[in-house]
Amino acid sequence: MKLTIPEEELMYEGTVDCQGCGAGLAMRYALKALGKKTFVVIPACCWSIIAGPFPYSALQVPLYHTAFETAAVVSAGIKAALDMKGIDATVMAWAGDGGTFDIGIQALSAVAERNDDIIYVCYDNEAYMNTGIQRSSATPYKAWTTTTPRKYPKARPKKNIDEILVAHDIPYVATASVAYPEDFIRKMKKAKDIKGTRFIHVLAPCPTGWRSLPEHTIKLARLAVQTNIFPLYEVENGKYKINIKPKNPKPVEEYLKLQGRFRHLTGEDIKEIQEATNKKWKKLLRKEEFF
Amino acid sequence: MVKKVIYGNHAVSYGARDARAEVIAAYPITPQTQVVELLSEFCASGELKAKFIKVESEHSAMAACVGASAAGARAFTATSSQGLALMHEMLHWASNARHPIVMANINRAMGPPWNIWTDQNDSISQRDTGWLQFYCSTNQEVYDTTLMTFKICENDKVLLPGMLVLDAFVLSHTSEVVDMPLQEEIDEFLPPYRAKYKLDLDDPRAFGGLMFPDWYYELKYKQHTSMEEALDVIEKVGKEFGDRFGRYYGLVEEYRIEEAEIVLIVSGTIAQTSKEAVDILRKEGMKIGLVRMRTFRPFPKEKIRKIASKVNKMIVIDRNISFGSEGAFFTETKACLYNEKDRPMIFGVIIGLGGRDVTVEDIMKIAKKGKEGKFKVNEINWWGVKL
Amino acid sequence: MEKEMYEVRFHGRGGQGAVTAATILADAAFREGKDVQAFPIFGVERRGAPVAAFMRMDTKPIDLKTQIYEPDSIVVLDPTLLDVIDVTKGLKEGGKIIINSSKKASEFKFGKAKVYTIDATKIAVKHGLGTKTNPIVNTAILGAYSKAVGNVSIEAIEEAIGEKVPRKKEENKKAAREAYEVTRGE
Repeated sequence: MKLTIPEEELMYEGTVDCQGCGAGLAMRYALKALGKKTFVVIPACCWSIIAGPFPYSALQVPLYHTAFETAAVVSAGIKAALDMKGIDATVMAWAGDGGTFDIGIQALSAVAERNDDIIYVCYDNEAYMNTGIQRSSATPYKAWTTTTPRKYPKARPKKNIDEILVAHDIPYVATASVAYPEDFIRKMKKAKDIKGTRFIHVLAPCPTGWRSLPEHTIKLARLAVQTNIFPLYEVENGKYKINIKPKNPKPVEEYLKLQGRFRHLTGEDIKEIQEATNKKWKKLLRKEEFF
Repeated sequence: MVKKVIYGNHAVSYGARDARAEVIAAYPITPQTQVVELLSEFCASGELKAKFIKVESEHSAMAACVGASAAGARAFTATSSQGLALMHEMLHWASNARHPIVMANINRAMGPPWNIWTDQNDSISQRDTGWLQFYCSTNQEVYDTTLMTFKICENDKVLLPGMLVLDAFVLSHTSEVVDMPLQEEIDEFLPPYRAKYKLDLDDPRAFGGLMFPDWYYELKYKQHTSMEEALDVIEKVGKEFGDRFGRYYGLVEEYRIEEAEIVLIVSGTIAQTSKEAVDILRKEGMKIGLVRMRTFRPFPKEKIRKIASKVNKMIVIDRNISFGSEGAFFTETKACLYNEKDRPMIFGVIIGLGGRDVTVEDIMKIAKKGKEGKFKVNEINWWGVKL
Repeated sequence: MEKEMYEVRFHGRGGQGAVTAATILADAAFREGKDVQAFPIFGVERRGAPVAAFMRMDTKPIDLKTQIYEPDSIVVLDPTLLDVIDVTKGLKEGGKIIINSSKKASEFKFGKAKVYTIDATKIAVKHGLGTKTNPIVNTAILGAYSKAVGNVSIEAIEEAIGEKVPRKKEENKKAAREAYEVTRGE
């Protein structure tokens, strides 16, 4: 069998991520795709810890830790400096959903509007996991978190960050999944060769926060795609392309039932989520058709 | 050498241009806008080879400077008041990460109510963020200080960010004569910034990651000692600047303090106006002098002790107020004298908040009242309050 | 002791260039060896609203950073302001007022102040500065100032215009010169 994934490892072994952490895996793939000439910027998120405490670093590339809401613009600042110094390299912001969907969206929006030359990766574990599972605007409808107790689970759907980025007219927006490494790496490589703001949104299951089994991480990430809950698609210069279209999408229940955070869902709830998923999928198909 | 009549704001822009800032990130706010407008023109015309990131907020302005500085570039920004307050988090970041970023802050009152005029509460509120702070009193000093701040902050012994401060309108929008040396001479004074520690592909390291209590404390110790080392660096750079360009600067400016029995401690443009008052009072026979505080951080304790040892009374005039306490310069001045054997009587006066004009007459009256010992000692003396 | 500091207040409306006028005058005085300051009224400027600007010059370095309360002369760029505000407020005794007006100086009476008028609007329009409804009169009126007050030469004002006016430098210089020629000094 031919290996399609680069063998070179730019992330050290023995990082301190939780068992079955999707975010750890995501970084490993991302760096394999981007290679050594990469600067990484990490705001407050799980990766602030995973990257290792002083004097260690989990990465074999330069890494800058920054404040929660600043990943995008600190990356832009680094890129500006590199341009002034004549250094040709990729700058990648690596932020969680909190730092992207919520507190970091202002700076991210501005970077995208200016089309600053950076890759922004959001590894999305759908809640504030580093602080102990509080809801974010990436948390799905009806999910439990420590701030959305089972009695009052999240009342609003997940924010559609990808469409927000698409609305900025940036050259490249893509979703990705740790269950589809070839697709993820292809997208990272493609992003690397594009100039301007590139946004990659990778679903990174979190066994700790999702109340799932560590060994289910890949399975869940795959089910998210197979149920159309988290479709894999890319938008290049405004043109939509859905990368995986499940012939017979699996019922969302298969995805939901493996996660303790959805344990309290009623049949009615699941039906509602299924309908919303179908509707969103249809909309995406239409977009691909028209744009 | 070029002599021009320019706004205080433009003195900042020319200063940043002549310092050859490499990355500029700024967000407009009254009364700072002219700074960024002129810098935009410099960048657009190629007169300044720099990347200007037109950010969406001051928080991002400082964050962009942090990124640029981390990658080894000379970074610059300018702001005022609310904008400085919004930067607060990143001010700590810049200092804790030891990035020698330079910023001009136009001293403007904090709202509400909205007020675009000058006082120092914006910059004083940032006193503990680990930034050097220089208070300017003329457009010439604004230009010179922009150049010097880069040199001071980039010194290996310092490696901390620096803020130069100028009064809203009284300097920012006032045109004055500014003498600008030739670029070659400036380049000799301020060579390109070579970062000792930076993000480097050939030596990949992580900056700013988690640090446990076992070493964090030591880092703070080093940050503080660097700030103290800056005292000496500031004086040396001020002297070198003077030797090269004929204008000397120190931690403080002493004005007619020879044989003074009473001295005024003042900062910003009020200090310039106060010089007129001192001249008149001297003529009238009062043994009065003035100490203009150029540096607030690091606080020039030794200087103050030395001056205090020779006088009977000090009047500290603050254009800021720490609510529930007193003026910031007043507090600091008293604090560094507490253990002195012979210390003068010290009065604290609050004046000119929100841009209320401070006249020669005001200062003369304050001086006379102080001399007669008619100020309250353990309380704030509000000057001209209408209530 | 002879007082060497000289202070001028400009009255105009937002957009008419009163602040620029103060700056040009300062620049001109600087060219003749004076230390100078020019500043707007420290306020919020809005198009069409009354604005003021100030110029301070001295043969010695200026330390003073206060506003100007008792100017030595006053320049009024817009005659309609005369009905709205007390343009002479604080004017020193024997001070001078230069008004942009087609009327004769003798038609104005401001105590002991000496009044000069100049039809700066006409001159500005003639030289293509601004429009008829919105003429830019600040350079023309400086020509009149130079003749009336006599402490800043027209040549220095022309040079300063070259430095401080971004567009139509020559037209502005000509307007200043023409106003200078037609104004009758003391």
